[in-house]
Parts: sequence; structure tokens; C-alpha cells
Amino acid sequence: MLQLMVRRALLALALAFSSVSASMADTFVFTAIPDEDETKLIERFQGVADYLAEQLGVDVRYVPVKSYAAAVTAFRNNQVQLAWFGGLSGVQARRLVPGSEALAQGQEDEAFETYFIAHSSTGLEEAETLSDDVRNRTFTFGSKGSTSGRLMPEFYLRERFDAAPEEVFSRVGFSGNHTRTLRLVEAGTFEVGALNFQVWEKELADGTIDTDSVKIIWRTPTYPDYQWTVRGDVDERFGEGFKERVQQALLELDDPELLASFPRTRFIPASNDDYEPIRAVAEQIGVLD
Amino acid sequence: MPFMSAYPTVRVSLLFLAIAIGCAFFADLSITAANPWKDLGNFFLGLVTPDFFSYQGLATALLRTVAFAFVGVALGSVFGFLLALAFKWTAVRVFCSVIRSVHELFWALIFLQFFGFHPLTGVLAIAIPYCGIFAKVYSEILDEVDPEPSRALPRGTGVVSSYLYARIPQCWEQIKTYTAYRLECGLRSSAVLGFVGLPTLGFYLESSFAQGLYSEAGAMLILFYLLIATIPLWLRRQTLPFYLAAAPFCLGDGFPIVWGNVSRFFTEDIIPAPLRQGDGWAGLADWFADIAVTEALPGIWNTLLLTQMALVLTGLITLLVFPLISRQFGNRPTRVGGHVFLVILRSTPEYMLAYILLQIWGPSMLPAVVALALHNGGIIGHLVGRQSSSIGLRPDAARGLSRYGFEIVPRVYRSFLALLFYRWEIIMRETAILGILGIHTLGFFVDSAIQNIQFDRALILIGVTALLNIGIDKLSRFIRGRLALQTLPTC
Repeated sequence: MLQLMVRRALLALALAFSSVSASMADTFVFTAIPDEDETKLIERFQGVADYLAEQLGVDVRYVPVKSYAAAVTAFRNNQVQLAWFGGLSGVQARRLVPGSEALAQGQEDEAFETYFIAHSSTGLEEAETLSDDVRNRTFTFGSKGSTSGRLMPEFYLRERFDAAPEEVFSRVGFSGNHTRTLRLVEAGTFEVGALNFQVWEKELADGTIDTDSVKIIWRTPTYPDYQWTVRGDVDERFGEGFKERVQQALLELDDPELLASFPRTRFIPASNDDYEPIRAVAEQIGVLD
Repeated sequence: MPFMSAYPTVRVSLLFLAIAIGCAFFADLSITAANPWKDLGNFFLGLVTPDFFSYQGLATALLRTVAFAFVGVALGSVFGFLLALAFKWTAVRVFCSVIRSVHELFWALIFLQFFGFHPLTGVLAIAIPYCGIFAKVYSEILDEVDPEPSRALPRGTGVVSSYLYARIPQCWEQIKTYTAYRLECGLRSSAVLGFVGLPTLGFYLESSFAQGLYSEAGAMLILFYLLIATIPLWLRRQTLPFYLAAAPFCLGDGFPIVWGNVSRFFTEDIIPAPLRQGDGWAGLADWFADIAVTEALPGIWNTLLLTQMALVLTGLITLLVFPLISRQFGNRPTRVGGHVFLVILRSTPEYMLAYILLQIWGPSMLPAVVALALHNGGIIGHLVGRQSSSIGLRPDAARGLSRYGFEIVPRVYRSFLALLFYRWEIIMRETAILGILGIHTLGFFVDSAIQNIQFDRALILIGVTALLNIGIDKLSRFIRGRLALQTLPTC
């Protein structure tokens, strides 16, 4: 019995090791940071996958991940070759994968913003600077690895109050993503929150925000954010000039529905240097070594 | 039992109660949600209006959940058994206590860094800690068998033969029962692994909850309860080999392993940053000091606060719920209801329960304490309830509350305490992991380090968590020894 069990176990292990389908090797795989509700992401990026497959003539697959770090790790480990990163996750990823390049960003990403929002019970109103009244209230960021939901709001909070967020607020949470930040502040679970302005604008346009419960109290200055980043070794694997073709395909994406799902007006070229300000802020705050 | 000897157990109970009350003063236990009861209502509404057809992938997710559990637990039990045979060596014991002191989710987070989304990540995340637990429990079971039969074997009988012919036959039933119980735990672990991205039930459950789609989430929870409640129906001696053979094929494809990632992880990623960047030993000392002051110590403090409160509340809930299934109380229908209730409590992984309560009540230690106490209270309540059923009382014994207070509780109190202390270490391991959900226990800082791609930091903090766990295990064993509490390894 024991022998039999050992044999079965070894068999199982061997199978686990070998259970990789051969077709995977030729598939161009990409991921995206999970910054919004998953159903929306899957819908949006399935559309992108179909579009890219058509344009590039290879199998293209989108894999959803559960955290920003998981997106960076999958990119670093070459399990995905392309990713839709935020400013910070892109900087992290390109540092870890020499030769990788920022290919394209949304037109809106050149000048991205974070909105600070508050529950109506706080009585806070929109102002030119972040009100002193946010002190000692409860506050939520988005994901720990988010640029517009964590890095930049933390930077501006430190600049404004000269203190760590934990010292400014009575409670600091990480909601996980922007949609959730919006819902939590709307419900009053947190009094104040910071989120990606595009998510706010889109939800507002869709009529899914209860504007009696939650309002904007401050808009940050602009900074560069999201971008498509590709690994440097894709040409070796998918053929000469593949990288340019990916970039071209992204820049030429003009399906209005697909663009609206991001939401971006169109994609424009981007370079690694565009994200220098993000790197500097991340190092200053200690998110990057 | 002479009345006087009960005093030490009472004293220890009161001491732990006092510690927990003290902890409550330091802990953040507020409900921060504006409409916590409305959300809770919506959640229960979702449970009674389940939507089974929202995800086409639901059946696949269930299949993966079962497959990962089978392969992980099977590997864990085989290697655990082999290690149990060598458990007399200190090195083996230390090795086993180290691997089991690291939670499945931490193992998964580690393997994700270099195996990525390969099935091996999920399989090893279950197999490794389970192997450590199996080794310990199997060796305890083997130690309890009667040594007489092995003495009757002819001289020169080998160790293996002596185990096979004299020892294992005596405890085969126990080993089987325990392994089956662990498989149930494995299903829970497997489901929870989805929360970090593996393709099991937790993956979809997390998405549905995060979006407030309670009917979808309700459907998944109901399917999960059914899966666990029907184990005796679908898991039989005849079907087991079939499941074991089929499971490895049902793990899904994932992505190919890139072996370069594995060596990079061990030779670069986990080397402390100051050494990697050439800041030397002085830099290393500063680095350690920084981690200790800003992360490890606050993490340890919060982990201990939460653990002690959860432990005592677990005890209180156990004492409250065990009569629900005890033959000494109620009637058949109430006991059936009690069984269903306890099955739900113990089948819901505490991580999932804490996640649900956090969504509903907002982030503080309260949802975590309640989740830990409900789940563990459900487990211990089940065992204590079963034990209390076998107590024979005089026909004219008191009824109701008097029976509970004067007849039953005193009789089961020692085994109740034994089980509670036995789970102390398990509660702490879970407490640490709940940090991933945003409570500032050690898991919070581990998760932060991983989110910042600082695996050197993450590994140090996981090490700290493991040491804390081993410490609690030792303390628990010491207290059980002092109070002469015995427990069979059934939980």
C-alpha cells in the first residue's frame, strides 16, 4: 500500500511538472494590473486580445491576476510578454527586466490625476488645496502598488502635511482597487479616499455614483501614468520586428467601444524616460529601493 | 474527578480571559462601515438567492479546487508519513515544525515568485505545510500504539517490517480517519489559494465579493458547502484510487516553468538588499533594525493581540455552540439544525469569513476576531459536542441550564481546554495571514513587501512569523503538560 502510494505520488508530481500544453509556447500572453472590477477588466482585455491576435497573426491570450505585484512578477518571469501597467508598476517591471520598453500610453496618461474624495457626512467641499479638516479622519488608498491610488496621493499628502499618512489620518486602509475605493467612501466605510480620476469620470458618466453621498474635495497636479510595456526579448521569440508591430497595433487601435472601456481617447507613443518622475517619487517614499 | 484538581484549569482559563480583555483595550475593534447591517442583510439575501449560472468557469473552478486538494494532500501525507518514521531525530522534528509554521498562503506567495502560475505552485503550497503536520500527527499516532506486538516479532526483523506488521495495523483506522479529515482541510486551503490568483474557487469568490455580487458569491459558497458536506458520499475506498489518478490531470495548464527564475529567486531576490547593493555588514544591521522597528515588532504585537482575543472568543463560542449537537440537550430536529450550523461554521475557511466580514463591517480587528472564533469554535464545538453525547447521566439528572452548568461542562472542560490550546498555534498562523486582508498583523507587512517586490524583506518577515508560531506551539505544549491535558490529534 505504502509503495503504491509513493508510486502514485511520484507519478502525480511528474505529471504536474509536465502538464504544460505545447501550444502555450507560441502564444503571446499579456496581463494588466487589476485596478478595477474584474468583470470589466476581463471584458476589456478580451477585446484587446482579439484585436491583437487579428493584427499580429499570433495567438494572443489575456491572463487576469490578483495583484499589481503579480502582474509585475508574471512579466519579469516571462510568463507574460506584454502588460498594461500603472506608472509605478511599469517602473518596477522595467527595472527588473532589462531591455523592456514602454511602448504606448493613453493620451490621458501624459497628464494623469488623482482625485481625493470624501463622504458627504464630513461636510468637506472641493478646494484649491487639500483641507486641513481631513486630519484624523479615516482614509483609504487603492492598491498598495497603485500609482494614482497610492504612490501619488501619498506623495502629495506628505508634501501637504509633512507627515506619513498614518500620522495624518486616524485609520489608513488599502481598498484593493479604485472601484472599491469609490464604493467604500460612497458607503461611508471610509470618510476620505484617493482614486484614479479616469475611474471617477467614467463611473460618473455611467451614472453609477451617488453624488449626494460622495464628492471630490481635491484634484492633484498632473503626472504620467499607465502604459503598455513589452519585454525586450519578444523579437527573438516571435520574429524580427514583432515589437514594432505590437506598438503599431496599439497606436492604431481605434475601436471606439474598446477605447471607451479603458477609458482612453487613443494610444500615443511612450518611452521609459517619460516615467522618470514616477521613479523619483517612488524612491523618495521608499517604495523602490 | 476530585473537585480540587479543577482549580488549575480554572485559574488558567481566568488568566487567559483577563489577557484577552486586556488586549481588547489596545485593539482596534470598531465597526467603520456606515451601513454594516444593511450589507450583512444583502449578503444573506445573496445566500438565499444564489445565482448558479453566472460563471461558466464555476464547474472548472470546483474541479481545480478538488484537484489541488487531492494532489497536495496526497503528496503531503506520503512524505509526512516517511518523515514520521524518522521523527525521533531532532533535525527532522525541527524541519517539520518549520515547514508547518508557514501558512499555505505564504508558501503560495513564495512559489508564485518563481514558478508563477504553474500548477506546481498550488500543489506545493498545500503539500509542504501539510507534510509537516502529517509527520507530527502520524508520529504521535504511531507512538501511542501498543509496543507489545513488535516485541513478539522474531529477532532481526527490520524497522520497515516491524512498522508494517506490528505497528501500522494497530493504528491504520486512526491514520485513515485523520488523513480523510486533512483532505477536508485541504479542500478549504485549496479554495483559499484562489485569493492569491490560483484558479480555484477563491479566485471567483474574491471577484464576486469585491464587486458586491452576493448572489454569485452565495452560489459559490453553497456549492463549496455541498462539496464538503457530501465527502462521505463521493469519497470511498473504491473511488479513492480513481480520484488520485485523475487529480493530476485536472490541475490545469498554467504557464511553463522558467528555471532561470528559480535560480534567480534564490541567488538574487532573497539576498538582503544591503548585501546585494554592496553596503556591507553595517548596512545590513541598519536594514535589520529598520525591519524590526517599523514592521516586525508592530506586526508581532498586533498578531499577538488578535490571537489572544480570538483564542478566548473561540472558547466562549465553543461553550455556546457545542450543546446544539449534544445528545444531552434538545431533540432530534434541533440537533440536525445544530449539525448543519456547525458544518457551515467549520467549512468556511477563516480567511474567507474574515474577508466577508471585512467587506461588510470595514477594516478593524473585529471582523478578524469574529471570523477566527466562529470557524475554530465550530470545529472544537463539534468535537466537544460529540464527546458530551457519550456521557451517561443518571435518569434523574438535572435538565436544561443546570445540566449544562453542573453536569456536562465540568465533565468536558478538560478536553475542551486541551483542544483549545491545541488550536492556539493554528489560530496564530491564521491571524498572521489575515494581515493580507489589511489588518496590521505580520501578514500585512509580508504582503506589503511582496507588493513592493522586496522578497528579501518578505522572507525575513515570514521567518519571524514562523518563529512566533513555533514559540506559541512550545508554550501551548508546556501549558498542556502542566495541566496534564491530553488530546488525541483530531483537529
